[in-house]
Amino acid sequence: MRRTELGGWIAVGIALAALAIPWFLWGSATIVAGLPIWLWWHVGWMGLASLVFWLFTQRAWGIGIETGRRGDDSIGGNGTRTERARDGRPGGDSP
Amino acid sequence: MNAVTLQLSIIVGYLLIALAVGLVAYRLTDRTAEDFYLASRTLGTVVLLFTTFATLLSAFTFFAGPNIAYAQGPEWVLVMGLMDGIIFAILWYVVGYKQWLLGRQFGYVTLGEMLGDRFGSPWLRGLVAGVSLLWLFPYVMLQQVGAGTALEALTEGAVPYAAGAGLITAFMILYVVIAGMRGIAWTDTLQGAFMLVMTWVAVLWVLAAVGGPGAATDALASNPDTSDFLSLGGDYYTVPWMLSTAITIGFGVAMFPQVNQRFFAAGSETVLKRSFALWPILCVLLFVPSFMLGAWAAGLEVAVPEGANVLPLVLAEYTPTWFAALVIAGAMAAMMSSSDSMLLSGSSYFTRDLFRPIAAFLGWTLSERGEDLIARTGVVIFATAAFVVSLFQPATLFEIGNAAFSGFAQLALPILLALYWRRITRAGITAGVVASQCFYVSSLFFAVVPGSYAGWSAGLVGMGLGLVVTVVVSLLTSPAAAERRAIYFDRLGAD
Repeated sequence: MRRTELGGWIAVGIALAALAIPWFLWGSATIVAGLPIWLWWHVGWMGLASLVFWLFTQRAWGIGIETGRRGDDSIGGNGTRTERARDGRPGGDSP
Repeated sequence: MNAVTLQLSIIVGYLLIALAVGLVAYRLTDRTAEDFYLASRTLGTVVLLFTTFATLLSAFTFFAGPNIAYAQGPEWVLVMGLMDGIIFAILWYVVGYKQWLLGRQFGYVTLGEMLGDRFGSPWLRGLVAGVSLLWLFPYVMLQQVGAGTALEALTEGAVPYAAGAGLITAFMILYVVIAGMRGIAWTDTLQGAFMLVMTWVAVLWVLAAVGGPGAATDALASNPDTSDFLSLGGDYYTVPWMLSTAITIGFGVAMFPQVNQRFFAAGSETVLKRSFALWPILCVLLFVPSFMLGAWAAGLEVAVPEGANVLPLVLAEYTPTWFAALVIAGAMAAMMSSSDSMLLSGSSYFTRDLFRPIAAFLGWTLSERGEDLIARTGVVIFATAAFVVSLFQPATLFEIGNAAFSGFAQLALPILLALYWRRITRAGITAGVVASQCFYVSSLFFAVVPGSYAGWSAGLVGMGLGLVVTVVVSLLTSPAAAERRAIYFDRLGAD
């Protein structure tokens, strides 16, 4: 279900943001391999975020934004430049 | 050759390379405003990623950021990670991809244009442009002041501030007017890649000189002044402060004209996808070494006089003169290139969203060439005005410039609602923008409105206020006749 999937990705995004700062290491000054452990967490977490973002681009890109291509209705999303003409009113100003 | 001559030669050399790149870009350019502002929406992954990155982070990454890490500890790295690696990356998709689709479909060049069209209101368009310029103009001025002052310090007063800042302004005007978005994006890319490599070489060089990261960190831990730097959190880095900063700046970045406009400039969906996934990695690669250098310098007892920057002093202590000069000149050039992008975007907001509607109202019609000429004239006016005003050292404008990120953040939530919530009305978004701006500006200037709420910043509280006002007023009003609600939702797709 597209809607459940969207909810899932929103939860993933919130989780990525929520743990970007390792709150559970608050006050910790443990050093691992010359750097504070919370800095290693940061490095690892950003790597994970990058991987998750990449997965998102492969599997769900367009979710919540695109309508008409992968959405419920069957209208094709190729109205790119014809839109203005069909609408009868210019969208933005002429560039 | 002494250090000053070397640094100056490197800066001049850099400027000449930039100008050459600008000339090449000019030869490839169509004489239209869309090409001037957006490189005709053709930027590739590397160029888009680096131009956004270089535009955004240069001066802070090399000067202010390491200074804070030196004084307060390296936790800023985490704030940067949340702010740029996660929040801004998500907005890259949520705001950026949707704006890119809309821009391609309807030909938008600025944020105000996109909103004005949806809400059928030239007034809203002007309001968004006006608010953006209110924050952008002093921010550009601060960059000029920064570069002029740095040049004065570098030449030990031989080039006085007015002459230095004036020369830099003149060069920036020449460069932006010739190169446009394409040239700026190319030099940003060269510079971003160069500075990324340089930062790593610098950190490896310093660490090799002091005996590795273990030794540098031990020095930090065993120094009584800095022993608490390594534990996460502290008096300066409180939970509300870290969150307020990361959230306001993260959202503010997405609304900064030169960043927001880049959402329109991507060449394809693939470019946006790749940049999105690479963003957190790039943050780690750049911020961890530069901020750790600042923090380690505190443990190594590198003395930093009042008002000086820590990074040049660390490099001067542990690396050869030529290398330090290369990094400093690169960082200064980076400051200038940030201003280039801001200048270009600022002038596009001014000419398209303020000047053009007025011209249309007066019944003037403009050809494509005329439009392009006005775009380039706008750059000259914007940069000259910022320079002239900077000569008077206006305290009020300094304060506004320093608060620019939070100021832009106030725009983010009403605009997100406009992009995703069908029930929003023209009255709602207008009220939300006006209320949050008034609140935030008052918090800067009037004691009646406090700047901090139990540790949470006025910037964050203002964002919440803007959200509430937009929703409530939208629910209480009905859409105006001229609103075109459907255009943000119907038939939106990438192919």
